[in-house]
Amino acid sequence: MSRFLPLMPVMVSAAIALFYVTPADAYMAYITNEKDNSLSVIDTDKLEVVKTVKIGQRPRGIVMSKDGKWLIICTSDDNDVKVYDAKTLEYVKSLPSGPDPELLTLHPDGKRLYIANEDDNLVTVVDIETSKVITEIPVGVEPEGMGMSPDGKVLVNTSETTNMAHFIDTTTHKTFDNVLVDSRPRVAMFNAAQTQLWVSSEVGGTVAVINPADRKIISKINFAIPGVEQESIQPVGIRITNDDKIAFVALGPANRVAVIDTSTFKVLKYILVGQRVWQMYFTPDYKYLLTTNGASNDVTVIDVANQKAIKSIKVGRYPWGVVVSPN
Amino acid sequence: MPFLSIGRVARSASTKYRALAGGTLLAAAFSALLGVGYAAAQNAPQPIPIPAQSADAKETTVQILYVKEDREREPPLSLIDQPNADDGIAGAKLAIADNNTTGRFLNQSFKLDIVEGNLDDLIKGAQEKVAAGDAFIVADMEPESLLKFSDAMAGKPVQIFNVGNPDDRLREEDCRANVMHTAPTRSMLADALAQYLVWKRWPNWLMVVGPSPKDQLLADAYRRAAKKFGAKIVEERQFKVDTGNRRADGGFEQIQQQIPQFMQGAKDHDVVLVVDEDQVFGDYFPYRTWVPRPVVGSSGLIPASWHASLELWGGTQFQNRFKRLTGRTMRALDYDAWIAVRAVGEAASRTHAVDFKTLHDYMHSAKFDVAGFKGVALSFRAWNGQLREPLIVTNPKMFVSVSPQQGFLHQFSVLDTLGVDKPETKCKAYTQ
Repeated sequence: MSRFLPLMPVMVSAAIALFYVTPADAYMAYITNEKDNSLSVIDTDKLEVVKTVKIGQRPRGIVMSKDGKWLIICTSDDNDVKVYDAKTLEYVKSLPSGPDPELLTLHPDGKRLYIANEDDNLVTVVDIETSKVITEIPVGVEPEGMGMSPDGKVLVNTSETTNMAHFIDTTTHKTFDNVLVDSRPRVAMFNAAQTQLWVSSEVGGTVAVINPADRKIISKINFAIPGVEQESIQPVGIRITNDDKIAFVALGPANRVAVIDTSTFKVLKYILVGQRVWQMYFTPDYKYLLTTNGASNDVTVIDVANQKAIKSIKVGRYPWGVVVSPN
Repeated sequence: MPFLSIGRVARSASTKYRALAGGTLLAAAFSALLGVGYAAAQNAPQPIPIPAQSADAKETTVQILYVKEDREREPPLSLIDQPNADDGIAGAKLAIADNNTTGRFLNQSFKLDIVEGNLDDLIKGAQEKVAAGDAFIVADMEPESLLKFSDAMAGKPVQIFNVGNPDDRLREEDCRANVMHTAPTRSMLADALAQYLVWKRWPNWLMVVGPSPKDQLLADAYRRAAKKFGAKIVEERQFKVDTGNRRADGGFEQIQQQIPQFMQGAKDHDVVLVVDEDQVFGDYFPYRTWVPRPVVGSSGLIPASWHASLELWGGTQFQNRFKRLTGRTMRALDYDAWIAVRAVGEAASRTHAVDFKTLHDYMHSAKFDVAGFKGVALSFRAWNGQLREPLIVTNPKMFVSVSPQQGFLHQFSVLDTLGVDKPETKCKAYTQ
């Protein structure tokens, strides 16, 4: 929709068109398949794969440009970040990234891309328009999770072997605090109100909820699933609903997504999904949450309101990252 | 993308309201234009205060010593198994680098000293280094030497990590209070392989045992493992390696004749379990057995604490870091040394301390664990200081599985299905 905004008459007619055409536009979900160097495209209305294309080597982290035009993908074994046209899936350009890029996040300004270089203990900041490296920020061993505050002022990077959440000022690009969490932190996620930062620890088996204002841990969430051994509970992906009320946490080889109340930090339920559930993404209407399941090579669709898995969709080998188009 | 930007929240809000009256939609579209959405308005971001940077605090240092005993070893059968001068030491160096990257944020630094030589050199060198502040010692030496070395260090503020030795007795009847062990024991290794073979339903083993005392200890570990997990050693054969005139010495034609002959007329078996800790004949067995059976144990399918092909649980980055540092692939001894030095680093960052007592007590406490690219937290067994860890079951080129296997259960930790468990321990030094 945003592309119509500069022209009032066009916007109004678009609005009218939308008013009469009740079925929503289909959102497209893009899944990176780490092992067969491909990207699967899922139509989230039909809930089926509509296209599969080959991309660079070992694709993992994936984001979309703010206008929805570009897909920006870490192709870890090519040691770069590739930009593809989201509609045509044609290669646009490569961005410099430093070695072994794994996860990335885009600043709300739509220009600055922050990339975790897992092999080099750095976060690289790149201007996606000019393709120039703005700066490199030294962090801990194996930087991974990248959580951008909604106002864009603070970036939190987690380092897997250092076991810290590094708080970075995005104005100065300097670290201003480091919070120790449990072993192998993977994902950092702010809520919309910026009153909570959630950090998952894969090996520690916990999720720490940190108050961004004083960097104190408010709560540490543990998981227990009957019949599942404790060692296989490995929290990774985190998503929080837009009303900040419910958090979903992917538990890796426990093959479940935990549903958590963000005010009591109690686990409300565990949703059984595919094997080694890893990353997740909401559709923009928050109707569905899609999960990548690395070991069963599929994507599970969770009905967010009913907190139920409704479908699994076969994709490529070792699905890793997921993003859904905003329009 | 870890977070929806405000613009995207706004667009999603406008999408959500598209079935409502046009006015609402327009408002939503306008607010999208202004970068303020409905959802964002409901959960307006609270500003995050960014504190001013304080002046750098004083840096503190943890000094670690690596001691390596000179040993005579026969050359390996295969050229690709040639030892490297820095086997083990390289792992400790990588861990120092990893600890320093983390330490940067805590004003902690880590330093490695290295002493190589015979036992006397090591004791003398260690006494000097300890007097100069080294408190954690990574030791790669023979069992008797390790006992003498640890006794020579007794009473000093020193924690030793055994990386070079799988002898169960060092963790049992001969355990020492000042020694922890990151090398897996023979019983852990045997159990790791046994669990896989039992899972695979290959429970009938023909065991071929070499002549060295180490081979006898390893054979004992496999006998124990067979009993523990319900496998059967259908027959045992002693393989006599006659040094000076080694039976399997010479050209491949001879070996091709000798091994099948040696293997003739055995009872029915699923696998050939070769017990050859010094690697002097085991690699002659694969593809040369009398009946076509997989070779396991000291050749073929091997249990180990690490393998260069491991890429699970973020192992790829770890292997790459090691290769960049050393120009070679990581071996089990490197891994055992890495985890020992990482354990010290982990204790330092968790306690925000560098003094011996704090780090020592923390590593010995139930609170301690450390990640080691094995998918689960690693810790030390409280009754004998042995590292509790999953083990790799691997062929020479590619890992096959990781034990403990699914279905082997334990009341406390499945990792304790590997090796001598608490109720069976003979270690007294840890309880006194």
